[in-house]
Amino acid sequence: MSKKIVVIFAHHNFTDSRIQRSLLKGISNLQNVEIRDLYKLYPDYFIDAKKEQSALAASDLIVFQHPINWYSSPAILKEWQDIVLEYGYAYGENGTALKGKDFLQVVSTGGGKDVYQPTGNNRFKIEEFLRPFEATAYLCGIAYHKPFVVHQAYRISDQELEERTKDYVSLLKSYIENGNTALATLNTHIF
Amino acid sequence: MNHDILLFLVVVFSAALIAVPITTRLGLGSVIGYLVAGLIIGPEGLKLISNPESILHLAEFGVVLLLFMIGLELNPKNLWKLRRSIFGLGTIQVVLTACAACLLLLAIGWDLGPSLVAGLGFSMSSTAIVMQIVGERGIKNTTVGKSSFSVLLFQDISVVPIMVLVSLLAVDEVSKGPEINPLAAIFSIIGIIVGGRYLSRPIFRWVAGTKSREVSLALALLIVVGISYIMTLVGLSMALGAFLAGVILAESEYRHELEANIEPFKGILLGLFFLAVGMGIKISILLASPLQLLGLVTGLIVLKIGLISLIARFFEVEGRDRLLLGILLSQGGEFAFVLFSSALNSKIISPEVAALLNGAVTVSMLTTPLLLILYDRWAKKCAIDDAKPENDKISNDGHPVIIAGFGRMGQIVARLLHLNKFSTTIIDHSPDNIERVRRFGFKAYYGDATQLALLEAAGIQEAKLFVIAIDDRERIIEMVDIARSHFPNIPILARAFDRNHAYELLKRNVTYFERETFGSALNMGESALKILGIHPFKAHRTALHFKRYDAELIQKQFAVHTDEKEVISTSRAAREQLEKLFMEDSILFADNSSLNWD
Repeated sequence: MSKKIVVIFAHHNFTDSRIQRSLLKGISNLQNVEIRDLYKLYPDYFIDAKKEQSALAASDLIVFQHPINWYSSPAILKEWQDIVLEYGYAYGENGTALKGKDFLQVVSTGGGKDVYQPTGNNRFKIEEFLRPFEATAYLCGIAYHKPFVVHQAYRISDQELEERTKDYVSLLKSYIENGNTALATLNTHIF
Repeated sequence: MNHDILLFLVVVFSAALIAVPITTRLGLGSVIGYLVAGLIIGPEGLKLISNPESILHLAEFGVVLLLFMIGLELNPKNLWKLRRSIFGLGTIQVVLTACAACLLLLAIGWDLGPSLVAGLGFSMSSTAIVMQIVGERGIKNTTVGKSSFSVLLFQDISVVPIMVLVSLLAVDEVSKGPEINPLAAIFSIIGIIVGGRYLSRPIFRWVAGTKSREVSLALALLIVVGISYIMTLVGLSMALGAFLAGVILAESEYRHELEANIEPFKGILLGLFFLAVGMGIKISILLASPLQLLGLVTGLIVLKIGLISLIARFFEVEGRDRLLLGILLSQGGEFAFVLFSSALNSKIISPEVAALLNGAVTVSMLTTPLLLILYDRWAKKCAIDDAKPENDKISNDGHPVIIAGFGRMGQIVARLLHLNKFSTTIIDHSPDNIERVRRFGFKAYYGDATQLALLEAAGIQEAKLFVIAIDDRERIIEMVDIARSHFPNIPILARAFDRNHAYELLKRNVTYFERETFGSALNMGESALKILGIHPFKAHRTALHFKRYDAELIQKQFAVHTDEKEVISTSRAAREQLEKLFMEDSILFADNSSLNWD
């Protein structure tokens, strides 16, 4: 049986975005993929926890797709976590609703891979900035996989962007057919 | 009209007009003023009025109206809340005071009849005086305020059995009180309850539909007079019937309208009552036995203060408040006068004893404000020792949010407040709206909120917030002016119709206002942007930016806004203003939300 995916998408200036717009456009017509654009659904930040939870319940893979803003997600995605991942739902007593699901983070960064190094301007690797997401997934009993990263957001060529978009689309397609073995390739992916 | 009656009224009202302002300035309260005025114009004074009894009958109606108003304040829910203090504190106070006073008088050699009558009379306090002081001090919702109210209420209730007791004591068979017909009495009480519950609402609604103030005034008076008449027919006390009617109507949404209508009549008639009592004071007898009078007054006051402060200990009244409660209730009341005059008629007491007792009660009424002044001095000294704020125990129920106008705007505001457990008092002038409110499960009152008396009845003195949401731009300004001039400290949140209306409000220092269509216009603009393909978040932010910008613009323009309100209402001026707005928009409005993350 084919797997289902929900993409929790957050970009507060989607109109002017290039990378994220390309990535999202690539997956927007895929079967079995539901895209939830948070800033579009909740321009007033008033997230409907029940609706979000039922979207999660219907999927096997939860994708967080967003640009890295100040070393983290856009604000609304943090609000989403605070509101949706409730005690008794995602963690704590009887909080097993998400147990066994897969989690994938698809992020874009302004800087290149070289600045996300102990010797670079950002001083830490991208995985280290994403630790809170990893820990959240762990606490909810969700399998965390290495993130899909698009670096050099301002300098990447149209051709390269098209390549990365194709990679992203085929990754999701492969998950739908084969489940989380598809994500294993990510774990050896070059950053 | 009879010239004598006119002269009589001229004398009575002038006396009140001269004496009452003087005593209120002196901090003695209006009751003393009326008593003194009565004394001066009465048969023992300037002899301008020779037969005080003639007005006493009319004036007793003031007491009836007072009890009706007390009943209105007391819906069954409140009554139940106060049951402990009413029936505990109240009963013990009346019984103990009456017994102690009676025994003391017996001990000094009085006969049983006069001792009993005096004891019973002395156990009563003056509702008129105490409620006025409690109101003036703003302690209605404190423990002392509630306790004194409970005691007074129990005293009012116990008037009926006491009057019956006195009529049983009557020496002379003929002068016994009117015969009580038990069956008729029970039926008429049931009739009042059923009528108040089920008939009053449709009648009020029908009368409100006529939109005539006179008709609703007539209805209010008819209720009280009618019930008093029925009560006298079956031999019960008018005051008790009026009280009962008040309690039943307390839950009606027309309560405030009733209160506002009855209030002036009650005030005038109560004043007349005190005047009549003042006229009845027999100075000559008092002067003949000054020591006896002094002894009686001192005994009365000391006994009551002592007993009440002692009993209060067992009813959650703490520390100094016990003494305050004792002083508040230390005087004899208006019912004592009624009781003594009926005992005199029944020949239980002699005219000399009656004069003495009436004199003692009157003097004790004079001493209450004086004792309170002493108490305040003492309490101020003590207050330095304990820094505990006194208003700790003020409960929330007396501090409502008042919403004037329950149309499309007021309803939403009320529902939001209701969800957050704020007690709201709604005033609306449309009977249809009131009906709708009831269906939603709200409380609402019928009336015209530009009337000062109604605002007062709705409790604006103690309100947290006054929301003006009515659908009439002139009346909104009128209402703001009334509220601002009489209650300058209450925050006002007003509905503004447009920019110019907002300027009018700002001119009156109303900084909380919402333009009635601004919010929905903003939403509509946002929707338009979204439909045209602008990202929802961007559309929302643009709308929010615009809201902030426009609020600042209003303040800015208000500052340079010259007094052109006459001119501005013309269409040409409005057009010019719109042009100016569009021009300023393009210059001043910068959507500085450059969200430049990719």
